Amino acid sequence: MRFALALVCLIVATAASAENVVLGLSHKSVSITTNFDGSEILIFGAVKREAALPAGPPLEVVIAVAGPQQPLTVRRKAKRLGIWVNTDEVEVDSAPAFYAIATSGPFRSVLSHTEDLRHRVSIARVIRSVGAPMHLENAVDFTKAVIRIRETNGLYQLRENSVEVTEETLFKTSIALPANLIEGAYPTRIFLTRGGRVVSDYETVIEVKKVGLERFLFNLSRQDPLIYGLLSLAIAIFAGWGASAVFRVFQRS
Amino acid sequence: MMIYLPIAEVSVNAFVLLGLGGIVGVLSGMFGVGGGFLMTPLLFFIGIPPAVAVATEANQIVASSFSGVLAHLKRKTVDLKMGTVLLVGGLMGAAVGVVIFNYLKALGQVDLLVRLCYVVFLGVVGALMFVESLNAIRRAKGASGAPKRRRQRGWISKMPLKMRFHTSGLYISVIPPIIVGLLVGILAAIMGVGGGFIMVPAMIYILGMPTKVVVGTSLFQIIFVTAFTTLLHATTNFTVDMVLAVLLLVGGVIGAQIGARIGVKMKAEQLRILLAIMVLAVCGKLAMDLLFQPAELYSIGAAGGH
Repeated sequence: MRFALALVCLIVATAASAENVVLGLSHKSVSITTNFDGSEILIFGAVKREAALPAGPPLEVVIAVAGPQQPLTVRRKAKRLGIWVNTDEVEVDSAPAFYAIATSGPFRSVLSHTEDLRHRVSIARVIRSVGAPMHLENAVDFTKAVIRIRETNGLYQLRENSVEVTEETLFKTSIALPANLIEGAYPTRIFLTRGGRVVSDYETVIEVKKVGLERFLFNLSRQDPLIYGLLSLAIAIFAGWGASAVFRVFQRS
Repeated sequence: MMIYLPIAEVSVNAFVLLGLGGIVGVLSGMFGVGGGFLMTPLLFFIGIPPAVAVATEANQIVASSFSGVLAHLKRKTVDLKMGTVLLVGGLMGAAVGVVIFNYLKALGQVDLLVRLCYVVFLGVVGALMFVESLNAIRRAKGASGAPKRRRQRGWISKMPLKMRFHTSGLYISVIPPIIVGLLVGILAAIMGVGGGFIMVPAMIYILGMPTKVVVGTSLFQIIFVTAFTTLLHATTNFTVDMVLAVLLLVGGVIGAQIGARIGVKMKAEQLRILLAIMVLAVCGKLAMDLLFQPAELYSIGAAGGH
């Protein structure tokens, strides 16, 4: 019985990998320097197949780049005693700090609802929230609020029809990373779909890290917070004295 | 020119920060306030995470206050003795304030309480100063040469441990200044500011110090209280952003120098009425935020707010 199941799995696996992704990235990592002002990553690739081009619906491509997952607290304001205060809050277990989806067609037509549920591709699916208190009726509103706020900030993007597919073999797109990016591993997933069903997927990671002065200051602030604090004060005192001295010179002359 | 801040993890325009620092610095030098009550909300507005804004602002206030105090020291308008007495109370107060702050944080409503603190204190202080300065200006214009009597401080003059403060021309007990320092220290730590806007009126109206000395003395003690706060934030919350601080303080120290020079040329009453108007304006803005429905009812915070 177990053998039969394994065999079925094997067959499914081979069937699924009849078309495979060969991927290229314009850069494997993004370095955050002091004058970092966002970055654009070019994602391109080809579909490798052993057999002839299958008949049926055309090949579509879905690319999702996610930032590090973080837990969040979402608060809602309501009017109490005439002033607006935070009244309800919901803990979102995990939401990506950044999430961009690029597709080769309208999202719902390139990826079916079932496949979306299985692979957690759409923005609403990557946010995990099970900690909503029972007494709140509209807990889902809190998740929607996260998506709305982050879409406004350019942190969550759904860009339909932005993947260019040539001859059902080559594809390319570019993902714009905003300036307010945080450090971490950015898992990047590529799905090949036909008629809304995923026929192959591929995953890689884009590293986003601080370098140079950014790296140095960040490490110092975590490893030697006292030295970092004293250094900050020293700079402040020196700057204060410096400005005063410079102005004195100006006044004399 | 965009600059990426290593601790805040956001990218901001360097010139905006320099400009903000400069404007707040001018006000700081003119009035002897650290400017934190203006800068902290402004930093929220340009998208700096609140925790980073509060901590970094403390660091910036050290710079602008130091720059300002040097200008005042040269003119001998700093009462070092009084400043030290206030500071003793101030440091104790800051420590107590941090404890209270963490307790409120555990209750989950620290945001609201900080805002209410701002509205109440800015409102009361601003209104009192405004009325008093108006009266002072009217007196000066009307019956010319009417002797300016300092208010009687009955209960204060009866206290023990008297000390002579030459620069301020006072002979009073050290207990009131220590209590003033303590209370301002507590408020400063809770509200994330230097506390100058409370300290300045308290020195004028409660301790009866001359206005010219008040500004320098206030700056003197703010340096130490905010330096203490900066170190606390840097070592416990890791929220002091050095790049942000440098940008703000470059603008700030230059502004403070200009401000201190403008301040000398203005009459004390005019200075006070301007400060009163500014304090009332910030208070009004914060009160409106509480009273009117915000455009976005939801807000995202880091988890673990409890």
